[in-house]
Amino acid sequence: MSIGVPREDPSDTMAAPPGAPIAPATAGSGSFWYLAARRLAAQRLAVAAAIVLGIIVIACVLIPIYSPYDYYTTHLDEIARSPSWVGGHILGTDPLGRDMLVRVMWGCRISLGVGVAASLVSILIGVAWGAVAGYAGGLVDGLMMRAVDILYSVPFVPFVIVLTVLFGRELWLIFVAIGAVSWLDIARIVRGETLSLKQREFVEAARVAGVRGSAMIRRHIVPNLMGIVVVYATLTIPTVILFEAFLSFLGLGVQSPMASLGSMVSDGAGEMQPHPYLLVVPAVLLSVIIICFNYLGDGLRDALDPRDR
Amino acid sequence: MLRYTLRRLVGAIPTLLVIATLAFFLLHAAPGGPFDSAKRIPPDILQNIQARYHLDEPLGLQYLRYLGNLARGDLGPSYVYRSTSVNQIVAQGLPVDATVGLTALALALLIGGAIGVNAAVRRSTGWDYVLMTLAVLGISLPVFVIAPLLILVFAIDLHWLPAGDWVVGSLSHLVLPAVALALPYIAYVARMMRASTIEVLASPFIRTAQAKGLPPRLVLWRHALRPTLTPMISFLGPAIAGLITGSIVVETIFGLPGIGRYFVTAALNRDYTLVMGITVLYGVLIIAFNLLADLCYAWIDPRVRLR
Repeated sequence: MSIGVPREDPSDTMAAPPGAPIAPATAGSGSFWYLAARRLAAQRLAVAAAIVLGIIVIACVLIPIYSPYDYYTTHLDEIARSPSWVGGHILGTDPLGRDMLVRVMWGCRISLGVGVAASLVSILIGVAWGAVAGYAGGLVDGLMMRAVDILYSVPFVPFVIVLTVLFGRELWLIFVAIGAVSWLDIARIVRGETLSLKQREFVEAARVAGVRGSAMIRRHIVPNLMGIVVVYATLTIPTVILFEAFLSFLGLGVQSPMASLGSMVSDGAGEMQPHPYLLVVPAVLLSVIIICFNYLGDGLRDALDPRDR
Repeated sequence: MLRYTLRRLVGAIPTLLVIATLAFFLLHAAPGGPFDSAKRIPPDILQNIQARYHLDEPLGLQYLRYLGNLARGDLGPSYVYRSTSVNQIVAQGLPVDATVGLTALALALLIGGAIGVNAAVRRSTGWDYVLMTLAVLGISLPVFVIAPLLILVFAIDLHWLPAGDWVVGSLSHLVLPAVALALPYIAYVARMMRASTIEVLASPFIRTAQAKGLPPRLVLWRHALRPTLTPMISFLGPAIAGLITGSIVVETIFGLPGIGRYFVTAALNRDYTLVMGITVLYGVLIIAFNLLADLCYAWIDPRVRLR
């Protein structure tokens, strides 16, 4: 959100009256990332979200390793146990007797993995596309951005469904399919930033020094885009996770016995009448992950997005 | 205005061509065809079927034939629902999607707008935080989590509303699907309205209105509201298209006979023409509503110049 509490402008120290004590210039104290980290740390919600996400990541890495149960073995003598502290199944078991805690943690692994991997794909494409279009300008820019405009009108949900249905339901295909359709926003934002970076003195200086074309984009443009890229990566991850969950919910994503949070919500929705926890546990976890990414992304945007300052 | 509209309509043709071409070649590149089934079909019968649907022709010819039919508004016969055309299936399903989608849109605008303006006016108070936390929740909760919970509470526990199915003209069958579909959009509209209201309330003409002694209510309704609506309009085009295409999950959960549900089964059955038809239709809807939104934008805000 662009309107927030007015922040102290760090450049104000430059306007300190003569004679005022000069602040000790510790190395790196004015760097972009240092200031950004300080601004982020001031936002308690974003920090809390990051901590919760960290706990979830650690839990979903460790719990399946150390749990005596696995996600696929069915125990027909322990069917649909409700969550309880005694008996070894803290979150209960599903109708096939599989431990819900381990399954839900595998679901987190899949959801987070897909979210991060597909976001990386979309960022790679988006940054490359946007930076080249913005730096090249002219006809190249016009054609590349026209292509983005056309793709904006393509109904992607049907296309991804078709892709996953027709070419098998493999995990890597889901990464690629989702990544390939979610790069448009990033390409537009990166292009806009590149257009303004191109006018800066340091780019001009590099050009005078003989740097051109691809080297300029790699060495001087892209590193200066990292701020907004980090922000939009954080905001892309939850949409990607939602999209994977949506595909899994329709039965087009991860295939049984492997679980993703989306497929567990789908299974749980069918069983919610006698066993509501089968729906509630994965649904809550999925929502918490997405809420945390949204808060973290909002916080990062306030801390890093140069257009907000 | 007319020239602009015409130019945009002409500009939509290559976009649609891209969509149709992508859909066509993607589907034909896929392994497996609509008539592979567990039952072995005798070869001469298979040949007859393929000749009937022109599947024995070279791919290029099939493509041109498809584009020709598309240009005349004919989406072709369904491969799976025999003796039914895609046009008939769409004509049956689209009114359902339109009813649910537009109801959800109305809910999103009214409720989301009210929440957003309220939060903006009571900015940085407890109210604002509560409302905006709810909005983040609304954006983060997926439809397929909300919908089963709504069914659990309002249909199974309370018996207030039916859990699904569709009866034409029945309001009670409309409520749950429309609310489930609307919730994320309510949250979205609320956040946008809050941001744009705060921005407008900080502008000089509002200070003038306050300075001349107008009561706050009048300032809000008579002066502030209209400019806050302009960013909403550019959001409306994509939102309407999203509501119509995004209803796939809602249709699956509530068992509504809309085109989204047909789409998933069609893709699973490799019903090429039905999949392509619905994809192209979605493309047309997205383009049409975006154009409509841009036109409304220029109509409401005379400062906008159409190029």
